[in-house]
Amino acid sequence: MNAPPLPPARLPAPWGKLIDRAQPVRFSFEGRTIDGLLGDTIASALLANGHWLLSRSFKYHRPRGPLSLAGQDANTLVQLPEEANILADLHPASPGLLVTGQNYNGSLDRDRDAILNHFSRLMPVGFYYRAFFKPRGIWKHWEPFIRKKAGLGQLDLDFRPRYHDKAYLFTDVAVIGSGPAGLAAALAAAEAGAKVLLIEQETTLGGSLNWARFGASGLDAEKSRPLIGQVAAHPNIRCLANATCNAWFADNFLPVISGARLYKVRARQCILAVGAFDQPVIFRNNDLPGILLTSAAQRLMRLHAVAPGKRAAILTGNDDGYLAALDLLEAGIPVAAVIDMRPENDPHAAPIRQTISQKGVRVIPGAAIHEAIPGGPHSRIAAIDVRRILEPPHPKGTLAPQGERLACDTLLMSAGYMPAWQLPCQAGGKLHYDDTRARFALTGLPETLTLAGSVNGLFSLPNTLADGEAAGKRAAAALQSGNTDTATPPPPPPEPPVNTPWPIFPHPKGKEFIDYDEDLQIRDITNATRYGYRDIQLVKRFSTLGMGPLQGRQSALAAARLVAEATGRTLTETGIATARPPFMPEKLAHIAGRAFTPYRHSAMHRRHLEAGAQFMPAGAWLRPAYYGKPAARERLIQEEAAAVRTGVGLIDVSTLGGLEIRGPDAVELLERTYTFAFAKQPIGRSRYALMTAEDGVIIDDGVCCRLGQNHFYLTATTGGVDRVYRSLTKWNAQWRLDVDIANVSAAWAAVNLAGPRSREVLAKVSRDLDLSPQGFPYLAVRAGLVAEIPARLIRVGFVGELGYEIHIPARYGEHLWDALMQAGAPLGIRPFGVESQRLLRLEKGHVIVTQDTDGMTHPAEAGMGWAIGRKKPYFTGKRSIQILEAQPPLRKLVGFTLPRGGPVPLEGQLILDERNHITGAITSCGDSGTLGKIIGLAWCAPSQSAIGTQLPIRCESAPGGRLLAEVVALPFYDPDNKRQEL
Amino acid sequence: MPFSLLRYGLSSEPRIVPDFPPPPPLRDAYDVVIIGGGGHGVATAYYLAKRHGITNVAILEKGYLGGGNTARNTAVIRSNYLTPESVKFYIASVELFRGLSNEFDFNIMYSERGQLTLAHTDGAVRAFRQRAEVNRHLGARSEMLDRQQIKELVPRLNLDTPHQPVLAGLWHIDGATARHDAVAWGYARGAVARGVDFHPLTEAEDFLVEKNRVTAIKTNRGTIKCGCVVQAVAGASAILLNKLGIRAPIHTYPLQAMVTQPVKPFLTPLVSSSALHCYIQQTGRGEILIGGGSDPYPLYSSRATIDLKEGLLAHALEMFPFLANAKLMRQWAGITDMTPDYSPIMGLSPIDNYYLDAGWGTYGFKATPICGLTMAELIASGGKVPELIRPFSLDRFSRFHQINEMGATAASH
Repeated sequence: MNAPPLPPARLPAPWGKLIDRAQPVRFSFEGRTIDGLLGDTIASALLANGHWLLSRSFKYHRPRGPLSLAGQDANTLVQLPEEANILADLHPASPGLLVTGQNYNGSLDRDRDAILNHFSRLMPVGFYYRAFFKPRGIWKHWEPFIRKKAGLGQLDLDFRPRYHDKAYLFTDVAVIGSGPAGLAAALAAAEAGAKVLLIEQETTLGGSLNWARFGASGLDAEKSRPLIGQVAAHPNIRCLANATCNAWFADNFLPVISGARLYKVRARQCILAVGAFDQPVIFRNNDLPGILLTSAAQRLMRLHAVAPGKRAAILTGNDDGYLAALDLLEAGIPVAAVIDMRPENDPHAAPIRQTISQKGVRVIPGAAIHEAIPGGPHSRIAAIDVRRILEPPHPKGTLAPQGERLACDTLLMSAGYMPAWQLPCQAGGKLHYDDTRARFALTGLPETLTLAGSVNGLFSLPNTLADGEAAGKRAAAALQSGNTDTATPPPPPPEPPVNTPWPIFPHPKGKEFIDYDEDLQIRDITNATRYGYRDIQLVKRFSTLGMGPLQGRQSALAAARLVAEATGRTLTETGIATARPPFMPEKLAHIAGRAFTPYRHSAMHRRHLEAGAQFMPAGAWLRPAYYGKPAARERLIQEEAAAVRTGVGLIDVSTLGGLEIRGPDAVELLERTYTFAFAKQPIGRSRYALMTAEDGVIIDDGVCCRLGQNHFYLTATTGGVDRVYRSLTKWNAQWRLDVDIANVSAAWAAVNLAGPRSREVLAKVSRDLDLSPQGFPYLAVRAGLVAEIPARLIRVGFVGELGYEIHIPARYGEHLWDALMQAGAPLGIRPFGVESQRLLRLEKGHVIVTQDTDGMTHPAEAGMGWAIGRKKPYFTGKRSIQILEAQPPLRKLVGFTLPRGGPVPLEGQLILDERNHITGAITSCGDSGTLGKIIGLAWCAPSQSAIGTQLPIRCESAPGGRLLAEVVALPFYDPDNKRQEL
Repeated sequence: MPFSLLRYGLSSEPRIVPDFPPPPPLRDAYDVVIIGGGGHGVATAYYLAKRHGITNVAILEKGYLGGGNTARNTAVIRSNYLTPESVKFYIASVELFRGLSNEFDFNIMYSERGQLTLAHTDGAVRAFRQRAEVNRHLGARSEMLDRQQIKELVPRLNLDTPHQPVLAGLWHIDGATARHDAVAWGYARGAVARGVDFHPLTEAEDFLVEKNRVTAIKTNRGTIKCGCVVQAVAGASAILLNKLGIRAPIHTYPLQAMVTQPVKPFLTPLVSSSALHCYIQQTGRGEILIGGGSDPYPLYSSRATIDLKEGLLAHALEMFPFLANAKLMRQWAGITDMTPDYSPIMGLSPIDNYYLDAGWGTYGFKATPICGLTMAELIASGGKVPELIRPFSLDRFSRFHQINEMGATAASH
């Protein structure tokens, strides 16, 4: 049974700056109807309707209500049907929303796992390191059970991504945060002529001007609010509200998330006016619903017109708690007492204590809370046990043995502030602890970055405004002169300290929460140090401190204090764990953006589709694997191969890389970067081109055509051309050669017209070419018209038949394809794909770089020693190849055959020796219809490479687990090369 | 509920037996000085003490225990490599991992979930088949899966990734993960308990070398004499080697990873795709851990970048589109020492008493136990290189005997 909601608690106008009372918003929470208002967050609407139990804690499943109401803690995490871990205090309430709690067993109100709360003694810090593994093997059974309890919300596994995009913004000055400091900074920079981008996480500009009180009169914020209008109207300022700057990346590169968009902002100067985190006080049951940070209550009242309770107490260590008391009184909420952790004689406290006393509110100085007592409706707090803080020699945080019980349903607390350190620290800032003010301050920021306002340690409104203005002027001046030192303002007037040095009050029964998100109590942190995990990073890793969904915004300071105390070090030495991006949790969709998958189609792609091609990816390209139905794959590949061997076939080779190499040093560049010799290569001839890396390993190959004395057309592999291009341009620059290198891969389309009847087909569509074997011999390069298209033709023979590679401007791709298919039709021309081409080249014993070679292959062991210009003084890899060739070979690439009929070995299967050691693997294997047997290439031991050797192939499906192949001479087909030279 | 826990919980003032005593004073001399207090360093000390009775050992750590790549890696444990040399080595590592919790009396949460690597091209299918064959031949559990089998194993995985759909997968049943910090803690705890000195915040700054031996090490806390030295400083290997004038082909790159807020479990195996340069697993806490390839340029900085995150997460969504709504909460980087063949450099150095455990690239964590074991053996024997690490010697580069694991390390780490 669920507890009935508390009666509605809306305050009258002018409370509630953000809500529109005329526009109701109805949604559901845990199946109950919630009536909120436009402008409400999910959390504010729930609180307005008396639902204070929002979530269950991570480990002990304790009931949790709002803490910061600023998206800084996991207490407000709720579930939407298609999204987990929603921050209810930031997510707007909208009509029809189906909100539920998460991480409970049963219902949010009656969570069966809440029993874990009573067993917390059995879950001391790091308990899982000491349990669940004895006897050996038992962890396997514990783990699934423990895993089931892990995690918070539930992902919608059927969710389909929606539209998200990205945009770039450029600005002179980016100001992060539009509180008073940010507003003043933006205005000052804009007035000085800078283009300003103001980024605000909340829906409206103003930051604390919208909810903080600043002074007893309550008028201070109002006086400064016109700044908001001035900024919004300024022509030099662009405001992005509802936008979160989620990190600082090098050189002021700022990712800003707004709506469904990620802005990537480049700012010449950046001003961080990101504020400070209100810090909880650590005492027993400080996590009960109804206990919230002072600023949270003020936000709740001012922004959403929700009364935090019926009778409040305040626990504070500075004047802000008193100001909140004045807010409560103004809203008609009785204040039971202001408990001030500052001593009775604190001179800074006197004026405000007097003010509040005059209002009839009781002040209890020098005191704190021993424990909060549950028992209110909705798991809320019912009372507090207030006790005097004992002075030294009592240990820090000791309270008097007796105290006073004060009834209240609400407690506002604040131990002071922690600068929002994440972005500054990402920018290189360091945290130093200032003992006199009991706070961390940031130093060591880059010249292009300025802090302003409370992140800079300033809290009074005049100081904050002045600091912002100075930061704006400084940034604008730096744009002009690059000098940031000119406008150093006078130091601000001193402010009283705002931080309580030791707001930590241990209780013998524990449950004083340091880290709400991870359910960590004081003893978890101190015990971590007692176990020997003394470095703050080790404390974090051992206890999971700060590893929760919001990464420890509320726990870092208190934990640093505890660890410093326990290990006898200063807070500066102790430090806090590294602040990594992102600042706020960010959806993967925001960062991924629109899913662009680049791909390339050749100029003839449509023709392949029309011909029923099955495609395979080749880098970014799609290439026809074969033409026809997958069911007939094997037959089709054999038919295509047969067409090339006996008649004529046509394959699209547009994906081959193409590079134009021109200039006085063109030969020199090629001589140095490829293994072969090119100096004496005649114009109008092509030559095989093999590239090795410094370590002598084969990395690419292609054909090099000499078109002129200083002009080459070079092809490279489909996958390798970009790397080759990069490498050539790099060497051209490094060696200071005079060569123009252009990657023209996409500018040219190309086909290979191959087969004994290819000459006849080509003859039909050309009129200015001498196609005779003498006029256009093997390896020759010619320019001429093919189907009236200006073309480059190369007589090369990858598939081992008479053939022509025809390269034409890409736009004529389809025309060329059509012309050749039409001309070849009477001769039975057949398009062929990559699969049959692979088979054909295998028959011819040609190596495919990266298929038959691996990251270790040097030319000699692949039988390609012939492709090395031995007389050249240098080429990349030469020294290594010489060393390698002088050593006894370690392996050899050989051809093998097997009779048809048995199991066909697969590429990747292993070659073994007589001792069952692995000596190599099959790199290519196929069923050759032409030769009537299984053929393949494989690496093996040199001792196995002699012709006629029986090669044992590891094959689990073969009898005895082995197949025996026979090493044969390469090539398998046409060993005298008669056919390609026809 | 385990008995020890019950006893702990029910005692009024639980007795805490520290895993680590406060750091001892730095002595003048040690028989063995291990530079680097990460997993490899402490594992070496552990086995020196436990198996060889050598306890006059100092571990010098410039930061905190296990605070380098041991803390930053994504805790993938596997042995599905390509070369027989690597496969044998990592099989031995996996075998040690399996027994560590009980050996340490400290739960490292070793979790054998299996690792699935996706092949999107026929080239990858060939390469994976070769790995599966090598693995099976040598005793690691790997097999090729077709699309249907992948679907059954990871029903929520999108097999029709844009442009390059999944063709097949390499399923490595031995693939596992563990609480990475706990591995270092367990080793350190065992080493310290046997008398090894662990010195945090102690940086080795320079060496005194006489007659080709390191006689002393200058640290920020004073100079200490040493019998022999082990370097186990992932991310700073080349820097230290430079101080001794030792040349090694190491280039150092950042490697980033990221994690989402915890959600209820939906994914058990570790899933990776080399074509998408992306691997995904769900931690025991429910977070989704995503990692990928190294940064594209050498750098000694563990800063995060957005460029890498954008590409990586776009690819993660290709594999699991519903992760679009998951929320990233942390992004970090480690510093990796890459070698040309993606294999480590272990064993002897040109300096007589200086031993190398370097060049660990993106695969150091999974080798932690076997590295510690073999390095300890090397030291205890006075320089006799154990069979298992002989292939990884520094001189393999000048001998041109590299152990190429480029394909088997890409994106799976």
